[in-house]
Amino acid sequence: MPYIAATESDRAAMLERIGAASVEELFDDVPARVRFPSLDLPPPLSELEAMREVEALAAKNLSASSSAWFLGAGAYYRFIPAVVPALATRAEFLTSYTPYQPEVSQGTLQAIFEYQSMAAALLGVDVVNASHYDGATALAEALLMAYNAAGAAGGRPRALLCADLHPECKAVVRSYLSAFPIEVEELALGPEEAALKADQSTFCVVAPYPGFSGELGDLAAAAEAAHAAGALLVVHADPIMCGLLKSPGELGADIVAAEGQSLGSPLSFGGPYLGMLGARSALVRKMPGRLVGQARDGAGRRGFVLTLTAREQHIRREKAVSNICSNQGLAMLQACVYLAAMGEAGMRAVARLSYDKAHYAASLIAGIPGYSVATGSFFDEFTVRTPVGAEALAAGLCRRGIVPGLPLSRYYPERDRELLVCVTEMCTRPQIEELARALGEAAA
Amino acid sequence: MNLVEEPLLFELSSPGRTCVSLPEGDVPPAPLPAGLERGSIGLPEVDELSLVRHFTRLSQKNFCIDTEFYPLGSCTMKYNPKVNEQAAALSGWRNAHPLAGEEFSQGALELICSLQAMLCEIGGFAAGSLQPAAGAQGELAGALVIRAYHDSRGDGRRRVVLVPDSAHGTNPATCTMAGFQARTIPSDAEGGVDLGALASALDDTIAGLMITNPNTLGLFDRNIEEIARRVHEAGGLVYGDGANLNALAGVLRPAEVGIDVMHYNLHKTFSTPHGGGGPGGCFVGVRPDLADFLPGPIAVRKGESFGLAMPPRSIGRLKAFYGNFGILVRAYVYLRMLGSGGLRRVAETAVLNANYLKALIEGTYAVKYPRRCMHEFVAQGGLAEGVHTLDVAKRLIDYGFHPPTIYFPLIVPEALMIEPTETEAKETLDAFAAALLAIAEEARTRPELLAAAPTTTPVGRLDEVAAARSPLLCYRG
Repeated sequence: MPYIAATESDRAAMLERIGAASVEELFDDVPARVRFPSLDLPPPLSELEAMREVEALAAKNLSASSSAWFLGAGAYYRFIPAVVPALATRAEFLTSYTPYQPEVSQGTLQAIFEYQSMAAALLGVDVVNASHYDGATALAEALLMAYNAAGAAGGRPRALLCADLHPECKAVVRSYLSAFPIEVEELALGPEEAALKADQSTFCVVAPYPGFSGELGDLAAAAEAAHAAGALLVVHADPIMCGLLKSPGELGADIVAAEGQSLGSPLSFGGPYLGMLGARSALVRKMPGRLVGQARDGAGRRGFVLTLTAREQHIRREKAVSNICSNQGLAMLQACVYLAAMGEAGMRAVARLSYDKAHYAASLIAGIPGYSVATGSFFDEFTVRTPVGAEALAAGLCRRGIVPGLPLSRYYPERDRELLVCVTEMCTRPQIEELARALGEAAA
Repeated sequence: MNLVEEPLLFELSSPGRTCVSLPEGDVPPAPLPAGLERGSIGLPEVDELSLVRHFTRLSQKNFCIDTEFYPLGSCTMKYNPKVNEQAAALSGWRNAHPLAGEEFSQGALELICSLQAMLCEIGGFAAGSLQPAAGAQGELAGALVIRAYHDSRGDGRRRVVLVPDSAHGTNPATCTMAGFQARTIPSDAEGGVDLGALASALDDTIAGLMITNPNTLGLFDRNIEEIARRVHEAGGLVYGDGANLNALAGVLRPAEVGIDVMHYNLHKTFSTPHGGGGPGGCFVGVRPDLADFLPGPIAVRKGESFGLAMPPRSIGRLKAFYGNFGILVRAYVYLRMLGSGGLRRVAETAVLNANYLKALIEGTYAVKYPRRCMHEFVAQGGLAEGVHTLDVAKRLIDYGFHPPTIYFPLIVPEALMIEPTETEAKETLDAFAAALLAIAEEARTRPELLAAAPTTTPVGRLDEVAAARSPLLCYRG
């Protein structure tokens, strides 16, 4: 049988040493009435057959690599340099354990420290932790962190949420906060206008950068208004955009959450992704998740360790700041290699390509009769008003190998003539022009 | 292992170096929004060969399953088949967008649907969700389901959850996140839940009990049916923490002994490499009347095709999209290759290996509960005056073994929690036991070897206290 080394003679020798007559006897504590059930599972396959079956299933999905791809909305089809999978899938990273034993985990620990350092630089904050499940859960934990820092003790129960956050982020925030005495108020306002509503009952204002619609908003003004009311500014940011435009930290955010999938992780039907969470250093002891710090051994050699663990569940149990136990180790490592491979110039270039191509696409689409661009200032994603139902329009184009974006009716049924279009470095000028042509034909 | 100090990326950086070549711009440049253009980011700049050597050298500073034995209690560090990685890396998955729409995602939805069905069958659950991203999030899902169940019955005063003192730290931490108060229940002399303490804790404020069975002592709680009966009688629900499912899959369906809600860690039992800390994957299964509360969306069969649906009274979303899909592919392939017979063989061998290892060392290392164990057992490393579990753990490194889980569970002093898993050969177990026995001898004759360990690693024991006192969490020039 695969993956098990024990032979019949091994089993016999081991049972003899244990002093048991049979393997079944080892399970005597399990109630006999229900022991060894017959499970109705499909019959086992060989490796060859299993791969064939999975290949057939995988082939039934529409692949971003075989289409002109303009769909983003929180999951991005981006270029991944070959060094990223080549290094991140090394068995010494892939099959190692959580670095609780630092002497045999310096590879993982130093990589986390380097990720923390590069991610903090990118987001413009003092500290970034070793990661969360995804951007949405990082945002939910950011709110809990803000609540623990500024809400729970200070008699401030309210969080103000910009409505233009990703709908799935908002849903996750609501699930995570459902058991806490926190009032979440959603405001259909830009970041600055929302922050102006903050008062002494508000512990934080939560703003997207950019919004789900693509709109950029004035983060600096939002920070000023939130701080004037004594509230923290929590931002959900796009890390690729931070290669070109000012980081949320530079603009005054106190806590920054981000979806890091764009940094070297494939689409993979929604996961595993990378939850990035960073903050000003004053808030670090309220931060959830793993943190790696620099240390010295007895001989004075530099090394790295998991640190400030008194925040975490395995030490603090019910008093921990979160129940999170794992981090997205491999996705984080992919982001680490990605950021190092791109470097200063690469990050700027990939963001610039996306920005220019998106603005070129928007200018073409705005010129098609019946269409208009609803987003004012944006990075690489913008909302288009369509003259016909966007869902049917998108489905029609998908079948022709052009995936034009996300029909917003998926999340907001009443917004049935809006399409969220994303243009990254993967899109070529001919593809953009083909999209514009196809949209024109679909409306005609 | 690579013992040479590796510089940080920042120390290898030289302005102007890069690894990537991107296409030239093929559209006119657009003006940037006023005042928002970013200056320098502060990222390192390295060439590709330096980058490759850097991360390769770093990787050589790790122990890993592919080179060392990890007898880590409650972590199930089994060998993970390479075919899983190949399957998860297929282009049809890597390039599948979560919002492509049901019509264009049939393969992914079919896989999720089939996996849900197999996992329900294994545990005896009526329904399940693959939304949670990892075990701790599965616990949160389960706890929120329990809360929603009581609230739906107008029974919102039930806000206390009982947690045995042997539980993982995530259990009480999860209770707090779900708005419950965690109350600790002591273990009895057999290592199980103390029935007397349970009886006196049960009242109409009890939302439920979180139980790990086999527990973190590696012991199957023989009273499980009685425990569940009493919690149910008091109006509570029983939550099963599936961290130790590797001992039970194919042996017992937890739902058949009264578990109402349970999470399984897909990355442990159903085989995903640990990745130095994650990502994980998780399934949460429930009895029929709790199905409507599950986190969603979940995959459903719609006639001849597959789609997504939100359970009608769902606790909501716990992450964006549909779970850690890449991990689901691995679990699917693993289960398709094992089938029901293979699954039982896994549990049997895991338990056989643990009992064998226990038999080899228990004459030398104390084992607090001298019963047959399941997939793991807890020994004690306080071998002599001044010799502690930490010293045994660090000395094992010099013998080429990853240490067991140490100082957990909290109820056993000097705990060494050992889980060999089913994939290790008898020869490996023999060698590991021989190392433990040799270390016990050293503890008597040359204790300085233990105190100085490890000496075969890139760094020795690090000063964690100093590191936490003035934390340096980022490179600072």
